[in-house]
Amino acid sequence: MRADLDIINEWVQPKSRVLDLGCGEGELLSHIIGNKEVQGYGLEIDAAHINQCIENGVPVLEHDLDKGLDNFDNESFDLVVMTHALQQFRRPDLLLDEMLRVGKECIITFPNFGHWRNRIHLGLKGHMPVSEFLPYNWYDTPNIHFCTFKDFETLCQEKGIKILRSAAVDGQLRDRWWIKAMPNLFSETAIFHVSR
Amino acid sequence: MPDNIPADSVGIVVPQVAHFDQALSLSCGTELAQYDLIYETYGSLNAERSNAILICHALSGDHHAAGYHAMDDKKPGWWDNAIGPGKPIDTSRFYVICLNNLGGCGGSTGPTTVNPETNQVWGADFPIVTVEDWVESQARLADKLGIDTFAAIVGGSLGGMQVLQWSIRYPERLKSAVIIASAPKLSTQNIAFNEVARQSISRDPEFHQGDYHAKQTLPRNGLGLARMLGHITYLSTDSLGEKFGRTMRHDEYQYNYDIDFEVESYLRYQGEAFTKRFDANTYMLMTKALDYFDPAAKADGDLSKVLSVAKCDFLLVSFSTDWRFSPERSEEIVDALVKAGKHVSYARVEASQGHDAFLFPLPRYMAALTGFLNRTHNKLLASTNKGAN
Repeated sequence: MRADLDIINEWVQPKSRVLDLGCGEGELLSHIIGNKEVQGYGLEIDAAHINQCIENGVPVLEHDLDKGLDNFDNESFDLVVMTHALQQFRRPDLLLDEMLRVGKECIITFPNFGHWRNRIHLGLKGHMPVSEFLPYNWYDTPNIHFCTFKDFETLCQEKGIKILRSAAVDGQLRDRWWIKAMPNLFSETAIFHVSR
Repeated sequence: MPDNIPADSVGIVVPQVAHFDQALSLSCGTELAQYDLIYETYGSLNAERSNAILICHALSGDHHAAGYHAMDDKKPGWWDNAIGPGKPIDTSRFYVICLNNLGGCGGSTGPTTVNPETNQVWGADFPIVTVEDWVESQARLADKLGIDTFAAIVGGSLGGMQVLQWSIRYPERLKSAVIIASAPKLSTQNIAFNEVARQSISRDPEFHQGDYHAKQTLPRNGLGLARMLGHITYLSTDSLGEKFGRTMRHDEYQYNYDIDFEVESYLRYQGEAFTKRFDANTYMLMTKALDYFDPAAKADGDLSKVLSVAKCDFLLVSFSTDWRFSPERSEEIVDALVKAGKHVSYARVEASQGHDAFLFPLPRYMAALTGFLNRTHNKLLASTNKGAN
């Protein structure tokens, strides 16, 4: 499993009610439904992913997240998760508000644009970073709102969102001292567990 | 006419009739002392009697869902593209049952059959039956066939309402539910359409308050009109536009009230053809059954409360251009199921065909159905193996 999913798996409370926004083929959900007995639902818009979830028995609902989460009641989930998708939405800040309305807690992961490799790409080569991890060109990327580990902390501060814990991973590496010491420079993926 | 039966067809099928002597209490307060249900089955029931799938038909459907009755049939059953060996509702794995609902005109007891108490055709005297009554009668058919629990119950439109009712009324008796292009209750607009359909039938001078059989006539015009109206609402603006546009029968306008546009001809043909195969009283009754369905009413409109008893896995499918049973209506059911904490998946399928899309073999729709029923089948195998150990 992807390193960020591995960490989320550790953070999820057993038997909780979880909503996974942009659940893909349901990798995380199928794992936590099986291991933590959570009652989980995924929201997804990609037809192939939806069919894969159905085939795998992961509850999945076709849903356009750009239209918000109006159909879900306040605090109707213990946890709302969004992995590697926040940066793809028109207004990540508003979506974050919605996530924290529907869920008592949220876990968000995103590619940290402050990673040293990105800095070299932009700072020395003068090009927008293209890597195995972020394989798109600037004109066809779905990632329209890149941010860094630090940027997200600032947003939480401004919105009065509590950061319960955070983690940083670099590829499959985690818990290395240098990543922990300087997550903004060394984490490829940032993981935040937040609440109101 | 099939020159030979396709390999993925269930082939030639013979309808069967089950007779019931035990009176059935109906929602309207009366009871049916005895009745017949006509049904077809495809595939074979396994030793554990656990692989049965019930298909619930919609307004104008019947028990003939798949295969052919004879080699010179022009068309196979109404859902042949989804039912058969290797098809999404795979008859090499599942035992599929489809019946004609009570009040229908396909051979089950209804307005066109003889009331044994009077020896007259029921006609307008046939009581209005509801979705709840249908589910009750379907459960009795299941009892008779020795099926305690269905692997799945599947239906589109009005058929989907029956599936929903099953999940509430007999939660122990189905493992999974497939509800396609349906709604938890009709919208005001839908009831309004149904009322126009009924009025066009009942205002036909040949209707005779529903006793046209006794007068040896048929309200053809009224039933045809009802169907024309219904047909328009089953298609999308685009699909009707693409099919006919403003194509005309003649080179120039005729400046009279005969057919100018091809769409007029098409509708007239559809109306006419329908009167040859369908009964007006049944149409009246089926539209009422649609209007009356509202399971949430029992819980002050809280559908999730009503669904809290459900035990099965659900799959819901809607179609983007369906405005008669729009995706938002399916989403009401989905939201209620999520709120109730049920296992549910939902696909909103892009389709140009409007409400009719549920009868088309659209790849994404068929794949969702296949995937969901594959899983149903795998779970069945797993529980069988567990039982054997």
